Parts: sequence; C-alpha cells; structure tokens
Amino acid sequence: MSDIYEALAKIVGKDYVSNQKEDRYFYGRDPGLMKPHEPDYVVMPRTTEEIQQIVRLANKEKTPVVPKGAGLALTGLVIPQKGGIVLDMKRMERILEVNEKARYVIVEGGTTHGVLKSHLQKHYPKLRHSIPDSPPIATVVANAVIHGQGRLTQQRGFNSDMVSGLEVVLPTGEICRIGSCSVSPYWFSKGPPLPDLTGLFLGWFGTTGIITKLALKLYPCKRIRDVMLFLTDRAELVPDIVLKLGHTEMMEDIVISTQPIPLRFRGNFFILVFITGDSEEEIEFKTKMAWDTLWEYFDSRDGGFVSITPDMKAPMMAMPSKDTTRFADVRKGGGFEYSGPIAPVDRYPDFVRKLEELASDYNLSYASAARVINGGHCMMFSFSYTFNRADPDEMDRAKKALDEAAEFSLEQGGVIWKPNIDEQKMMMARMDPNTLELMGKLKGLLDPNGIMNPGNWEAK
Amino acid sequence: MQEYADQIHRCFRCGYCTFPTDYSYFNCPSYRRFRFESYSTAGRLWLTYAWLKGEIDWSEHLAEILYSCTTCKNCVEQCPMKFAGDIVDWIVGARSDMVEKSKIPLEVGRFFEAVQVYGNPLKLPRAERDTWAGGINRYEPGDEYLFYVGCLGSYDENGQRMARGLAELLKQARISFGILGKEEECCGNEVYMLGEMGLFQMLAEKNIQRFKELGVRKIVTLSPHAYNTMKNNYPEFGAGFQVYHYTQLLYDLIKRNMIRFSQNQAKVTYQDPCFLGRYNKIYDEPRQILQGIPGIELVEMERNREDSFCCGGGSGNFVMDLLAGGEEIPSRVRVREAYETGADTLAVACPSCMTMFMDAVKEEGLEDRLTIKDVSQIVNESLPC
Ligand SMILES: Cc1cc2nc3c(=O)[nH]c(=O)nc-3n(C[C@H](O)[C@H](O)[C@H](O)COP(=O)(O)OP(=O)(O)OC[C@H]3O[C@@H](n4cnc5c(N)ncnc54)[C@H](O)[C@@H]3O)c2cc1C
Ligand code: SF4
Ligand code: SF4
Repeated sequence: MSDIYEALAKIVGKDYVSNQKEDRYFYGRDPGLMKPHEPDYVVMPRTTEEIQQIVRLANKEKTPVVPKGAGLALTGLVIPQKGGIVLDMKRMERILEVNEKARYVIVEGGTTHGVLKSHLQKHYPKLRHSIPDSPPIATVVANAVIHGQGRLTQQRGFNSDMVSGLEVVLPTGEICRIGSCSVSPYWFSKGPPLPDLTGLFLGWFGTTGIITKLALKLYPCKRIRDVMLFLTDRAELVPDIVLKLGHTEMMEDIVISTQPIPLRFRGNFFILVFITGDSEEEIEFKTKMAWDTLWEYFDSRDGGFVSITPDMKAPMMAMPSKDTTRFADVRKGGGFEYSGPIAPVDRYPDFVRKLEELASDYNLSYASAARVINGGHCMMFSFSYTFNRADPDEMDRAKKALDEAAEFSLEQGGVIWKPNIDEQKMMMARMDPNTLELMGKLKGLLDPNGIMNPGNWEAK
Repeated sequence: MQEYADQIHRCFRCGYCTFPTDYSYFNCPSYRRFRFESYSTAGRLWLTYAWLKGEIDWSEHLAEILYSCTTCKNCVEQCPMKFAGDIVDWIVGARSDMVEKSKIPLEVGRFFEAVQVYGNPLKLPRAERDTWAGGINRYEPGDEYLFYVGCLGSYDENGQRMARGLAELLKQARISFGILGKEEECCGNEVYMLGEMGLFQMLAEKNIQRFKELGVRKIVTLSPHAYNTMKNNYPEFGAGFQVYHYTQLLYDLIKRNMIRFSQNQAKVTYQDPCFLGRYNKIYDEPRQILQGIPGIELVEMERNREDSFCCGGGSGNFVMDLLAGGEEIPSRVRVREAYETGADTLAVACPSCMTMFMDAVKEEGLEDRLTIKDVSQIVNESLPC
C-alpha cells in the first residue's frame, strides 16, 4: 500500500478509503458524455477536520483533490482530470440546524436534497427549500456550487442566491467562515452588510475550496400547491407569455417544455405554471390572474390552458420530477445529457429551432425544459439529447450535438451553465481579459499548488 | 442470461433506488453499509456492464460488490425507469454468469457446497434436521398442510423456537399438518438469488417430486424466503401447490375464530420481511394479526411496508454475512430504528430477520429493552390460559 493510502486511512478510517480498481473505475466517470479519468483514491470523510487533514496531505504530496456530491451535474465536473483523490462528500450528510424564525437551514457538505426535503416536510411543514428536479441524491452544496435552479427559482433566483452562509476548507487547509456566521452565531446572510465572499466559492466547481457547511434560506410552504398547463404551438410567443406570467408576481415556478414524443406533442410548447396558496380563495385568485393575463392568446387562438387529469397531475406535482430522469431511458439507452445555457428569455424561439435542427442533423431524440429565473431576467434552457450507452456511435453524435449547442448558445449571448472543461475554455476565450486575469489571480492566491479539481477553471 | 447482458447498460446512475419513497435516508442496505457508490445498485450494474465489456477484469472485490446485494428489492420499488422490475433479475443474472465461470466469493462457494452436501447452508447433518420437532407428526397423505420448516427453522436455535411455536399453534387450532423431518431439503431460494441455477433446479425438482409423491396440496412455510420460491419459482418446474406463509394461515384461522385471544400487554413494531412484503405484497395480514390482539399497541417504524429497510440477511447473508462489521450494518441500524419507536417488542415474520436482529440487539446493548419475537410467538403468548 502506498504512503498516501496509509495516510488517508489514518485520517478517515480504512473502511472509508479505497484504491481498488472497481471503485476507481466507478468514480472515474459520471452519467454524462465526458471522457472518464480514474482517481487514485476514493475517500469518504465525515468531518471538517478530516477534510482539513486530507487537504494538507494533498498539498504535501501535490495530489489533486476533487470534491464530489452525486456526480449528477452530468458534465464531468467530478471526473478527476488529473487523478488524485475524489472526496465523496455524502457521509457529511447531517442537517445541523433549522432556524425557524430566521428561516434558514445549515447542512453539511454532502447532505442530499432528498433528505433535506424529507426532513423539512416531517419536522417543519411550514418551510421549504428550492428543490431542483435532479434526482434526490443530488447534494445541496454541489447544487449551489454550480448555481443550480429549483422550484423557487422563478421567484427567488438561482439556488446559490439563497445561500446564507458557508464554512469552507481552503485549498491550503484553513477553515473559514463566510457571511454573517463569521461574526455572529447566526447564519442569516451570505454577505451583506459584509463583503460577499461567497463569490470566491460558488460557481468555482470546487477549485477554490471545499464547502463543509452551508446555510440555505427557507421559504414559506403554503398549504396548497397547484399546477396549470398552458399550451401553444408558437415558440415565438413563449417569451411574452412567460414575461406576462412573471408580471403577476404570483407564479411560483414556470417551466416550458417541448418534446417530439409522443407524436401529438410535437411542435407544442407546454408551459407549466405552478401556484401556491394558503386557502382556496388564494389559489382561485392566482388562477384567475393567470387566465386573465393570458386571455388574449385564447382570443387569438394561439394558445390556451388545457385541463389536467389526475394521472397527468401527480407526476407534474412531484418534487423532484421523476419524469425528467425518465428521459434517460425513453429509447432504452440509459443516458442523456443536456447543455443548459442561461440566457434571456427572448432567445427561446431560436434555441428551440436549434434544438430540433441538431436532433435532426445528428439523428437524436430530444427534449427541452426551460426554467424561468427570477421573474424573467433569464432562463435556463436545456438542449437535452438522449443516447444509448451501448451504442458508441450514438454517444458520439450526442456529444457533438451538445458541443454545437454550447457554441450556438454563446453566439446567442447565453452563458453556459455547469460547463464541462471544454466549454469552460470556450467561455474563458471570450471573457473580458481583465476578468479572466482576476479569476487567475484569485485562484493562484487561494490554491497555490493547483491541487483543487485541476482542469477546471484554469484561468491562466 | 443473455437478456440481462443486453439490458444492463440502461441504468442511468441516478440513485433513486438508494432511497425510500420519502427520501428520508438511504434504503439500499448494501449502499447504507459501505457508502461507496460502487456498492449501490448503479455501482453493481455499471461494474457488471464494465466486466461484460472487458473494461475491468473479474476480481474478488467485484464479486463482493455484486454479492453484497441482499436482493431486498428496494431498488425495484424505487427506480423510476420502465425496467425497474428487472433489476434484481439482472443482478441474479450477473451472479449466475459468475457462478458459471466459477468466479464467486469464497463464502458463496461454501454456501453452495453446504447446500449440496448437507441439504442446508449451515453445514449441519441431515440427521439433525428434526431434532427440534419432538412430538410433531411427519406429513402423511391426507394431512391438510405440509409445514415446510426450512433450514433456519430446522437448525437455528431461534428458528427452531419459531417452528415449535407455530406447530403448537396449528395443533391447538386443530389443523391437520405434518413436517418432512429429516427428509426435508433446502428450498433453494437463496441458491437462486446467489445465481446457482443448476443447483436451484435440482433442489426445486427434488422437493416438487417429494411433495407430489406424498400427495401434498397445501404448503405452509415458516420462512418468507421458502414461501417466495415455492410460490413464484416452483411452478416453472411443474409445481401446482397452494403455498401460504404462516402469517396468512394464522390470519385466516383468527378470522374463522379458530384462534382466540385473551390479553397481552406490549408495544410492538413490525419488520416487513423483503420476501413477504416487496416480493409478494403481503403487508396487511401480519399487522392485522397483531392489531387484533387485545392489549397490543402496534407502532410503525418510519420506513415500513414498501419502504421497509432490509435486515441484511437476504441472499444467504444470514449465513455468509457479507455486510458484517460495525455499527452501520443493516440489522443494527434497523433495531435502533425499532427502538426509537418506543416499542418494547420487535415482531418478525421471518427466521432470517430473527437471527439477524437477535445478534443486532446484543451488539447494540438493547437486549433488555427490545425483545425480538416472531408473530406466532406473540400469538401464542396471547392465547387464553
Ligand atoms: C434528471 C436530472 C435533472 C436535473 N434537474 C436539475 C434542476 O432542476 N436544477 C438544477 O439545478 N440541476 C439539475 N440537474 C443537474 C444536477 O443534477 C444538479 O444541479 C445537482 O444538484 C448537482 O449536485 P451533485 O451533488 O450531483 O453535484 P456533483 O456533480 O457531484 O458536483 C457538482 C460540482 O460541485 C463540486 N462540489 C461538490 N461538492 C462540493 C463541496 N462540498 N465543496 C465544493 N465543491 C463541491 C464538484 O466538484 C463539482 O464541480 C439535473 C440533473 C439530472 C440528471
Ligand atoms: S437502477 Fe434505476 S434508480 Fe437506480 S441508478 Fe439505475 S436508473 Fe437510477
Ligand atoms: S436489491 Fe436491495 S441491496 Fe440489492 S441493490 Fe437493490 S436495494 Fe440494494
């Protein structure tokens, strides 16, 4: 056994470190289409102090460290491009505190969205968090690290906007608190009135430190939730419809989806509008507002609300949505990946055109779900293509379609969300040089030995 | 087995299968125990696929990963994909490939050898199979039920207690039944789940032939494992018996007033055995028996019915214990959960759960506070004097 293995075993216990081929194989890839690369070790820490020791060891040995949640970003962000140690964070799984009055929760660095949802539902039924539609094993911290979006994003912004404090192990081993918790026992603010240092860690894909605790804002969980479905076959109307709905400031979540299967769905745009209320009156009022707002499309026969059967409703209401995951197996292939640009809502029709064009060029099955962010400032548009894991040619075609989608999104003024290493390079090539230099300086300052998730955000 | 090889790439690796319905905590016993993702359902499926594709070689570790699945079917219950119902069949298929290639963990090999030579996985002499059964009749043509006791019921001290208790109850209810005694053979459920299809077929055919020779029409089993295989796998080999788990029979006898209760005093929580619950959807009968006893308060563990957490004993692990070691083994996790309900009794309906939990309460230091009893024992204790 190597010295590093022994040292890691001493830190976390031998049951929680592996350098066996099978574990390295599995942790060397994710469900997406990026090339695999195996780690030398997989380690599952339990405490901040263990992480601190691991980071110090990694600095001494100049070995890469890659924090991993569930690996569901799909874009290879947890594939250790240069080997080293993958830290599977999911043993740091506790919910440390729920502050009901200040409405935040503090979780550890590997707590899953599923467990948090269940905990709140059971113990704090009046509070909720912005759960994404990723499978429930996705971790709260990683979702914030990649600026994820969830069911409250239409109203409250990116899930990372809802962070209200961090504890981070810096790449050099110091444990650092960020936000109000750096001066107070309370974790209510990530920055204000202090300088907001969360920006040094959120969006950086683990290249500037390992988040060991995170406080997340919680929001009222209303008694009743409902969904409406607005249908139009004119993509060019979608931006206005969305903005009008946003104008009401009453819609909880707005998601626009389109897919060609079954055939009767083709060419249609399904706008799912979620509303919540504490009384039937509140729901009725919000429903009426939505109807009134969009009545003109009904008059012009360009769209309308369609009735939802209970069978259809249950999966729509589920949080997270299992249907999103099921897309992976619509053609019995077990795989899908999406390129998800964040872009102004008015880009929607062009993106849809490109989505279909790429599907046809590369002979792929597609779907798209676009989530409106913060009342319509922007949206996340997904170019989703399914692929068969047993068909290397189809995997190759899907990858090419995604690469083209990323190029196209940038040309259209979008910014690529959770970009893979190639897309990061594409964006850095377009970035304001002074911004890029600033990123490089910050990275060099925080991680002088370049051990943290190397290959990502290499802003030199 | 070709079928699993053509399908196994379909796992997306999304992890739904690691949870119960409410996502409250990890519910795949092997992932819960080891925590490397390689020990989750997806880990097993992806690694098996990698092995089939020649991307990794067979190794002891690979086999351990595959065999640490207790075939509890939580993944089948939770996976959102259309193939969900096939997952355990794929795992069994992969195991059977390993068996054919003689590439299995040592413990699994010993398990098969013991069943083949001794007729039970515990390596105990056939001659001792009925030492527990003093005063219990051998099955004779014309008896209404064959009481199929199974290996744990025949040899394990706790299982024997369950078998004796049940036989006692059946006698009191004047049911005509008999056992096979020394002639009883392993049911083969675990052998099947571990992938030794040749040996399984031999056991099934031998049992079916014997049952037919004796004119058996109805079988009542002590173990949900035997119930499962006799009900679901044996018909493929020409069996046409009516098979019951003992909780079904007891419930029926209670309904027909053939068993009556006086009083008991206990707060009881109930463990759904995987092979009774998720495999055969029998959730209500054991609960209704317990709830029908005056003085018994039934409380549920957080994870129950379809979401029940496996004791860790399935797929032969009640003997091999590939998940052994430490506080996070499924049986210890589960007795802690049972204790947290405030119950003084953890009721089981499976000799394998019984064995796993008897060890676990001791390891947890809970033996004075949480008693493990099987449903028939509780019924016995509730009879009028
Ligand atoms: C079917 C499906 C639906 C999805 N729907 C959504 C959705 O609705 N909204 C959404 O936002 N996303 C969605 N996603 C994308 C993704 O799954 C989620 O964003 C998810 O939260 C990512 O979490 P993870 O734990 O899987 O992250 P990982 O992929 O494990 O990690 C992501 C990044 O975070 C870093 N990281 C992990 N832990 C730490 C830590 N403790 N400290 C520092 N860095 C860390 C990693 O190094 C990596 O760079 C979806 C994905 C799928 C497959
Ligand atoms: S078995 Fe099903 S639920 Fe589990 S990871 Fe695979 S696809 Fe997801
Ligand atoms: S059957 Fe049970 S132990 Fe096996 S993979 Fe599925 S959930 Fe895990």
